[in-house]
Amino acid sequence: MFRPSTRHNIPSSSTNPALEVKVNKRQSGIGANPAGPSTRYPYRLNFYETPPTLDITLEEFETFAISRLRVLSQIEALSHRSLPYAQVQSSITNYTKTHLNLSSNTARNVNLDEERRRDEIGHWVLRLSFCRSPDLRARFVRSEVALFKNRFETDDVNERSSFLKSLQLDWQVVDENEKMRYEKELKLCMWEKKDEAFKNESWFKVPWHTVPDLVGSRKVYIRAGMAYVPQSLQISLVLQAFASRLEKALELTAKNLPRLDEDDRLGPVIDHLASSFLSGVASSDYQSSDSAAAQGVVTAEMVDDVARKHFPPCMRNLYDRLKRDHHLKHFGRLQLGLFLKGIGLPLDEAVVFWRRMYGATMSDDKFNKEYKYNIRHSYGQEGKRTNYPPKSCQQILTQNQPGTQDSHGCPFRHFSPDNLSAFLSSTYPQIDRGSSEMRDILDSVKATHYHVACTRVFELTHGIKKGEGLGGSESVAHPNKWTDRSRELEREVVERIKKKEDSDEMMIDQ
Amino acid sequence: MPIPVRDDPPSSPQVMNAFYRRLFPYRPFFLWLNQDQVPSKLFTHREFAFTLAGDVYIRYNSFHTSDEFKKELIRLNPSRFEIGPQYSARPRDRKTLAAGALQPQRRELVFDIDMTDYDEIRTCCTDKKICKRCWGYIAAAVKVLDHALRESFGFKHLLWVYSGRRGIHCWISDPAALDLNDDQRKSLVTFLEVIKGGKEQAKKVNVRGNKDDADLHPVLNEALENLKMEFVKLVLHDQDCFATERGWEALLSILPQDREVIGNLRREWQSDPTRSSVDKWGDLQQAVGGLKKNNQLLFRKYEKAMQDVILQYTYPRIDAEVSKHRNHLLKAPFCVHPGTGRVCVPVNPDLVDDFDPDTVPTVGELLSELDRAAAMENGEAGSQRRTEEYEQTSLKPYVEMFEKHVAAVLRDSRGAKRAAKQESMDF
Repeated sequence: MFRPSTRHNIPSSSTNPALEVKVNKRQSGIGANPAGPSTRYPYRLNFYETPPTLDITLEEFETFAISRLRVLSQIEALSHRSLPYAQVQSSITNYTKTHLNLSSNTARNVNLDEERRRDEIGHWVLRLSFCRSPDLRARFVRSEVALFKNRFETDDVNERSSFLKSLQLDWQVVDENEKMRYEKELKLCMWEKKDEAFKNESWFKVPWHTVPDLVGSRKVYIRAGMAYVPQSLQISLVLQAFASRLEKALELTAKNLPRLDEDDRLGPVIDHLASSFLSGVASSDYQSSDSAAAQGVVTAEMVDDVARKHFPPCMRNLYDRLKRDHHLKHFGRLQLGLFLKGIGLPLDEAVVFWRRMYGATMSDDKFNKEYKYNIRHSYGQEGKRTNYPPKSCQQILTQNQPGTQDSHGCPFRHFSPDNLSAFLSSTYPQIDRGSSEMRDILDSVKATHYHVACTRVFELTHGIKKGEGLGGSESVAHPNKWTDRSRELEREVVERIKKKEDSDEMMIDQ
Repeated sequence: MPIPVRDDPPSSPQVMNAFYRRLFPYRPFFLWLNQDQVPSKLFTHREFAFTLAGDVYIRYNSFHTSDEFKKELIRLNPSRFEIGPQYSARPRDRKTLAAGALQPQRRELVFDIDMTDYDEIRTCCTDKKICKRCWGYIAAAVKVLDHALRESFGFKHLLWVYSGRRGIHCWISDPAALDLNDDQRKSLVTFLEVIKGGKEQAKKVNVRGNKDDADLHPVLNEALENLKMEFVKLVLHDQDCFATERGWEALLSILPQDREVIGNLRREWQSDPTRSSVDKWGDLQQAVGGLKKNNQLLFRKYEKAMQDVILQYTYPRIDAEVSKHRNHLLKAPFCVHPGTGRVCVPVNPDLVDDFDPDTVPTVGELLSELDRAAAMENGEAGSQRRTEEYEQTSLKPYVEMFEKHVAAVLRDSRGAKRAAKQESMDF
């Protein structure tokens, strides 16, 4: 799997001397920190114009792409949650900091090259998986543009302007004569109408169709097919350039992708990446986290209590069904059983739990023969002894679609809107049937953003501010994450109360 | 034997067949869509949709050549047909293509203005009817849109086409217009669209951002200057929109609701119902003028609101959805409107005020003109038969106008091609 790195891995040894000279010159122009950025990545921002031609390991190929994918799907989820602009931007900033950080050239003690290489490789890998359908392309471009915009806005002012210079976008500057000729019109399009502001502002002239957003909102003066864009709205131009170049490049990649048949190693990875984005999953693999372990073992007796307080809607639905009918169909058992394993129900407790739930409807004999095996199987104690992980939202949404008698699946995806709102309002007293929150949720469902709807339910049932999600605006991507976070929140409350009691006691002591 | 066409319904199948065989201007029509002499993708990958008798609708037709198009048109004999975009492949091959492989690519930028959108502000006709008087609204709209599209957006090749009953279409054939994607079309329409809101919304002009008294965008300002005259002529004098109680209540409801100003006006107008719209507009101007001295803020608000009134009553009411998407189908020029039998002829935007929908030739009239001409020719033995039959009918000036437009489009597209060639030679 691992291929030893070759000299291509050392970015400074570019094989193209002309390129090297040019890049060096450019860098000396800024007077950048000599210990800082390398020649391959002189800026934090990147238009991703030339593909990286370095050797990478398969593992890097996948992990870099996944970290970027997380960020992109997080951005997409945020954009669908109608949050205030500032909140969206700050949570994007926070999220990228943990998953795909890029430091500015002035940062110390950071391996800038490594960060930027990660960023670049991730981008190019995702291009491969997202170029295939117009829908995927559009979503990829939208998220990438949002990411770029966030970085552009948070970038150091000097670095940003030298980056812009390096792009050599040929925007025509409106000269003083022309500016005075259209003074009246230009002023009408400005927010600040003072003469002083007009004098200090400068305009670019670009074909109107390159800045559709500014045209649509009537923010620019238009004459003879040219839009007069003030310096202050420059970001629109940059984003437009970024988006249109990316769109073109993706179409080109799509055309050439069939010729990439050399590789059986990359194909599955690329396929997988695209499909996890489609189901809106930021981090689909669930590993029983420390928090779950810290919360200790769940016993069969405890399940009912945990279910009422901490189960996500899909599991709550299955559990309620099981309690009522004393029976679940195969995929329902599998979905709930693996989930219970994930929250810390050991095998022997699981056997007790299921035996109890089936109750008198089933003889001991039948249970032992037909059901115990399956339970043990899912815990990796039978057959090929695989310890199956709990199903992620992606799997629940896309695999084993429920048939007419089944109750597994995702309520947001597999319930009719009427049934969904009835189910939610009867299960969660915090959500009223006719409330605006319910409308919000149903709207998200209609737009097929199931994870957004689910996250909203989490926020509402846990008294959390809109947009916070599972902490740090992470959206629900795995049923077990819901439960972990929910229990964590409960523990925090308990601890707070305990602390308060302790201090109260101390007061009494004194 | 001349066929007694006049007794037929305006567009019976026989009449339509004769029209497609003898009168439809295939040559300029092909050149207009194709922008070149030899068939290009603009023609061969273009969708045509036919409406046949009994509301049968056939989509995704495409043709290799103009002749093939003609043959099929005569064979199918549609009551009307529409034009779509140039697709990434031939639309007729749709079923053999991979899913999603048929994507709209290029298409003229189109606009559609329909008289029904003016029903709430026209007093002469309603519903499907149209007369020379309410055509005034369309004329005002054409002038404003034509000006904005040419001066602001820099388009040159605008073809205005009467829709056959109570509306008008505009087709823009500039290469820059053909290349616009859906986002860009949408932003252009959003820019131009001023009248928004349904029946339940009285004030339909909200173009000043969040503030009531902000300035208009310079392009709208320019439109407003041009519309002030139209407003007096059309809305106050001709249509007399504020004559009835319903009319002037509508006016009052879209002004700022200052109790004193509105109350005074209402009282005055109720006491004298004979006051004309001109008088009432004068009353309003006077009342607002009175505010200027002691209530500057309110004056400004009313001043801007009166501008908005002018826009609401005269600014083009475009059907935005038609223009936003490349794959929206629009009835072709020189079609026959199935209801009226009138031919969808080009309209000269400079003379749009003089255009009278009632004088547009119907297909029946055109065919009898042909018969008469044939009878005359038979009398004059030996006279040469002309190449195109439409030249003997009143369709002639319209086809000539169309040909002139097409020639200009072709000239530009040839120029562009030559420039591109030059560039590639330089390499």
